[in-house]
Amino acid sequence: MKVLGISGSLRGDSYNTTLLRAAAELLPPPVELEIFEGLKSVEPYDEDDDRGRGPVGARRLREAIESADAILIATPEYNSSLPGQLKNALDWASRPKGENALWGKPTAVVGASTGMFGAVWSQAEARKVLGAAGARVIDEELPVGHAHEAFTPAGRLEDPELRERYAEILAEVISQTEQLAEPERVAA
Amino acid sequence: MTTAQAESTIPTGTWQSDPVHSSAGFAVKHIVGTFRGSFSEFAATLTDASGSPQLSGRAKVASVQVKDENLHAHLLSPEFFDAEQHPEILFDSKRISADGGQLTLEGELAVKGITNPVVARGEISGPAPGPADSERIGIDLETTVDRHDYGLDWQMELPGGGKTLGDDVTLTVHVELVRQ
Repeated sequence: MKVLGISGSLRGDSYNTTLLRAAAELLPPPVELEIFEGLKSVEPYDEDDDRGRGPVGARRLREAIESADAILIATPEYNSSLPGQLKNALDWASRPKGENALWGKPTAVVGASTGMFGAVWSQAEARKVLGAAGARVIDEELPVGHAHEAFTPAGRLEDPELRERYAEILAEVISQTEQLAEPERVAA
Repeated sequence: MTTAQAESTIPTGTWQSDPVHSSAGFAVKHIVGTFRGSFSEFAATLTDASGSPQLSGRAKVASVQVKDENLHAHLLSPEFFDAEQHPEILFDSKRISADGGQLTLEGELAVKGITNPVVARGEISGPAPGPADSERIGIDLETTVDRHDYGLDWQMELPGGGKTLGDDVTLTVHVELVRQ
C-alpha cells in the first residue's frame, strides 16, 4: 500500500513537508510513504489546457495520485485558507468529475503553522475541497501549532499526544483503504 | 377496521413492478425551494410467499436522475451516497396493514449501508386488467426520513447565513405491479 504525501508549502525547509515526513515512522509496514515533489510545476488550471491527461505538471500530479492507495495532505494556512498552489493542484485532480484522480480516494489532511492554531481553518477548507472533489475524506484534523518548535532535529513531532493523534489519523486512512479492497455489498 | 380485515385487501400471489410505469423519487428543501430527483433503475416486488404480504424494493444509486452532470457525480461521491461502496438503496417491509385502500408499511430502509426502521403510508388500488392479459395493482407510498440518519451529512453554509440543504427528505414511490 502506498500513501502519497502532498505538502501545500513550496518552501524548501517547510514545516508541513517535515510533518509529512514525520508520518513515515507512524505508518505500519509495509505501508510506503511517497512525497510528491512536483507541486510547484503544476500549471495554473485552465480548462483550455485540460485536454487528454493535461499539461506535464498536472499530468504528473494526476498520475501520482492515481498510483497511490491513499493521500495525505499537509497544509499551511495563508489568510485563513489554503495556499493557492495547493488549491490549484486539487482543482486539476478534481476533473473530470466522477473520473478524476481523487475520486473515492481515502484522504487525510494535517497541517502546521507557526501560530498557535496549527492551520486548523486551512485544514477545514482542504477537507471541504477534497469532499467536493469526490475524495473519501477522513473527518479529523491535526493542528500542529508553533511549528518552529514542534519538531525534533530529526523531524519527529516533539509532543507525544500529537504523535499519537497523527498515528490514529493515519490508521483511519489505512483502514478506509483496506475496506475499499473488499467493498460492502448489502444483501437483498 | 382490524388488521386482519384490512389485510384482506392486499391481493395474494407475487407481483413485480412494471419499470416503465413505476418511479421512485426524493424531495428535499434546497435554500427556499424543493429539490426533486429520482432513480431510473428501480424495481419492487410484492409477494406472500412467506405466508404474509411483503413488499421489497431496490434502487440503483448510480441511476439517480438530476439535471446537472456535476451534481450527479457529487451525489455518487462519498459525501453523498458513496455509490461505489453502497450501490443500492433497499427497502423491505416487515408488516403491511391496509384499511380499505389505505396502506401502512413498517419496514427497513438501507441507504449508504445504514439500515433504519421506517413507516411508509399510501394507497393501493386494483387489481385491474392490463394489456396482454396481465393483471395489475398500483401502490403509492410516501415516507420522510432524516438524511443524517443515513450518513448523508453534506451541508454548505449560505453566504448570508442558513443552510443550503434541508435535513428531512421525502421519499415517494409509485409502482404499477404485474401479477406473475
